[in-house]
Amino acid sequence: MSRKTTTAAVAACLTGVLALAACGGGGGFDSGADSGATQPTASGPVTLKFMITSNGPADVKLQQDTVKAWETKTGNKVEVIAASDINQQLTQGFAAGSPADVFFTDANVFPTYAKAGNMLAYGDQLDMKSDFYEGLVKTFTYDDKFYCAPKDFSTLALIINTDMWTKAGLTDADVPKTWADLETVSKKLTTGGVKGLVIGDTRDRVGAFMKQAGGWIANADQTQMTADTPENLAGLQEVQKLLASGSAAYPKSVDSGWGGEAIGKGKAAMTIEGNWIKGAVKNDFPDLKWKAFELPEGPQGKGTLSFTQCYGIASVSKNQAAAIDLVKYLSTAEPALALAKGLGVMPSLKSAADGYKAAFPDEAAFLAGAEYAQGPVTVAGMDPVLKDFDTQLQGLPGADPKAMLARLQKNGQAALS
Amino acid sequence: MRRGGSARAAETRSGWLFVSPVIIVLGLFLVAPIVIAFWVSVSDWNGRGSPLSSGVSFVGAENYRQLLTEDSLTRSDFATSLRNNFYYVLLVVPIQTVLALALALLLNQRRLKGLSFFRTAYYFPSVTSSVAIASVFLFLFAGGGSVNALLGIFGIDGPQWFADPRGVLHIALGWVGIGNGADGPGPVALTSHDFLGLSWWDWLAGPSVAMLTIIALVIWVSAGGYMLLFLAGLQNVSSDVYEAAAIDGATRWRTLRSITLPLLRPTLFTVLTLGLIGTWQVFDQVYIMSKGNPGKTTLTPAFLSYDQSINNGQWGSGTAMSFVLFGIIVVFTAIQSLVLRDRDPGSRGRFGRRRAVQPVTPPNSMQPMGPTT
Repeated sequence: MSRKTTTAAVAACLTGVLALAACGGGGGFDSGADSGATQPTASGPVTLKFMITSNGPADVKLQQDTVKAWETKTGNKVEVIAASDINQQLTQGFAAGSPADVFFTDANVFPTYAKAGNMLAYGDQLDMKSDFYEGLVKTFTYDDKFYCAPKDFSTLALIINTDMWTKAGLTDADVPKTWADLETVSKKLTTGGVKGLVIGDTRDRVGAFMKQAGGWIANADQTQMTADTPENLAGLQEVQKLLASGSAAYPKSVDSGWGGEAIGKGKAAMTIEGNWIKGAVKNDFPDLKWKAFELPEGPQGKGTLSFTQCYGIASVSKNQAAAIDLVKYLSTAEPALALAKGLGVMPSLKSAADGYKAAFPDEAAFLAGAEYAQGPVTVAGMDPVLKDFDTQLQGLPGADPKAMLARLQKNGQAALS
Repeated sequence: MRRGGSARAAETRSGWLFVSPVIIVLGLFLVAPIVIAFWVSVSDWNGRGSPLSSGVSFVGAENYRQLLTEDSLTRSDFATSLRNNFYYVLLVVPIQTVLALALALLLNQRRLKGLSFFRTAYYFPSVTSSVAIASVFLFLFAGGGSVNALLGIFGIDGPQWFADPRGVLHIALGWVGIGNGADGPGPVALTSHDFLGLSWWDWLAGPSVAMLTIIALVIWVSAGGYMLLFLAGLQNVSSDVYEAAAIDGATRWRTLRSITLPLLRPTLFTVLTLGLIGTWQVFDQVYIMSKGNPGKTTLTPAFLSYDQSINNGQWGSGTAMSFVLFGIIVVFTAIQSLVLRDRDPGSRGRFGRRRAVQPVTPPNSMQPMGPTT
């Protein structure tokens, strides 16, 4: 090939690429530059895409059944999509300009989505806004805008294998009330291949001890890091002490993915997990007999953590009016309670609490935690910092808790500024 | 009218017509994504809408500057991932190449019975889904898994493979009394200096115990595939050369060193190049088996780049990482091809290499080797 033809070939290639690039740009998804803007409503009945996370087909069916009444009432259709990796699927959707209309948004990723302008801030249009727990509304508020309706929430509790409990000669009076009690019963319950207590190796479990010691990662309005404090150190040192004593362990060292698996497989007598353990145990370990209790108190009183998700609506969705209407429907007591019952989580509406209590008298421990639970840190760009902290926590009991907190403080402060 | 030039022009046109499907396909699925990814790495795109839309602006080398010069968590994570991957490459590439060559030499013997069975057996891991293999390894290396049960027979208490973030170099250095073992702090001389936010002592960690399981898996999987390349290369070597060597009385070892290896040089080049590129890009095993855990010791640049983009929404630094990785691969491949280049360009004939079939004196008493059936 002569030089001239080579040049021509290169030019042709480049032109092709540019043409493609132009096509990509011509798609034009810039219309929703201001995230609060409502897109023009599509006329007539619409089909909403509703992306959810699920633990199995039963959850999907539950969701489909719950929206059925709304479908009949409005004539719209809802296509429930069970995501395998919701974050990745949504991210692809945002980039392509065609995400699901309504999607479950975890509190962890919420600030990232909100900051990028991927979510519609529709919270103030909800008439039941005052009925949501304040903590949950705060969690889903970014830049002073209430973005999305909290779906439900869970708190951590102490889960005890009652068979092992009685076998070790323990009674209801022995349920640990303090850290010292916890150490004692953990030691009593530890035998051969069974650890007394197995706790997840992340801030989402270990953090409860920090809270009980009176500390937390950030201050109340999340403007300052409060990681490197004596309170947090006391919390971590308690976990360190438990792990070093041999009567407590992380799930990995008993060949389990999480605390629920450890207790289900009979490798742990106690674990610290949330409401989700109910469904997981029912599916995977139906023979396990367990009971939930409030977490033991630390030097500064009670402390637990709460976890939540909201119904995100895409800022580029063409069916926003219908989507908001769907969320309004789902945020009324009846469907909210139906979903909460099916999934084992607690409804985000205060007015539904009594209904929940009536349905699950045995799970008072979880609901009791709602009074004093600490919500997750929701600052854009904080997720990698917190994940790094999780990585550090894996180093317990060998590593130095003080250094971990100093590192968290430094990295977190950098993310806040 | 029918001048030569015009006929040539028509030929050129039809030529272009015939290659156009390939050019379009390559352009659409290879060149365009790379160009767009590069654009993302020098833009402030936040993952919303098209990266080529008007709201996205050019920020120059800002993402690269932040990634490489700013003291941040991202930089130290990136440095950690480079360290992990470096040790990974350092172990995987030589071992898989030598193993593949050894298997190929074994299976190239025509006297061996059941050749095709062994060829299939060794190649089998390469054609099996990496997801399936990774899942099987998860069970094998579980704390109470088969590997530890096997070690238990010999009285060895196996480690918690996937939960063990200790670097093997740190462990080894601890044995000779440097740095208080894997858990303790390193010597002050090494911890007080750092490069890219990672202390010298941390750079010297070596692969973690968890990383070793991934290394073992990848070697086991890929050796069979590269064995096939070596086998093809060996079949290309004419038996005349071996006969000549046999007549000259060359030993097996001498034949291997002076005939087989030089003649396999092109194949060796291919295997090393593919090995280097593949190992620097390791992703799926990490994604399935560890997600970078424990202690970020199985984090690799490819996985970190994915995590940074998809999960953290930091597309600029995420893609910048992948282009830094691209640069590293280019540099390593260039070094490798420099090392392996033909050292005597004068004799280009395949059999004309210096010292290739030098007579060996004194004629040796061992049995001459040759591809005699």
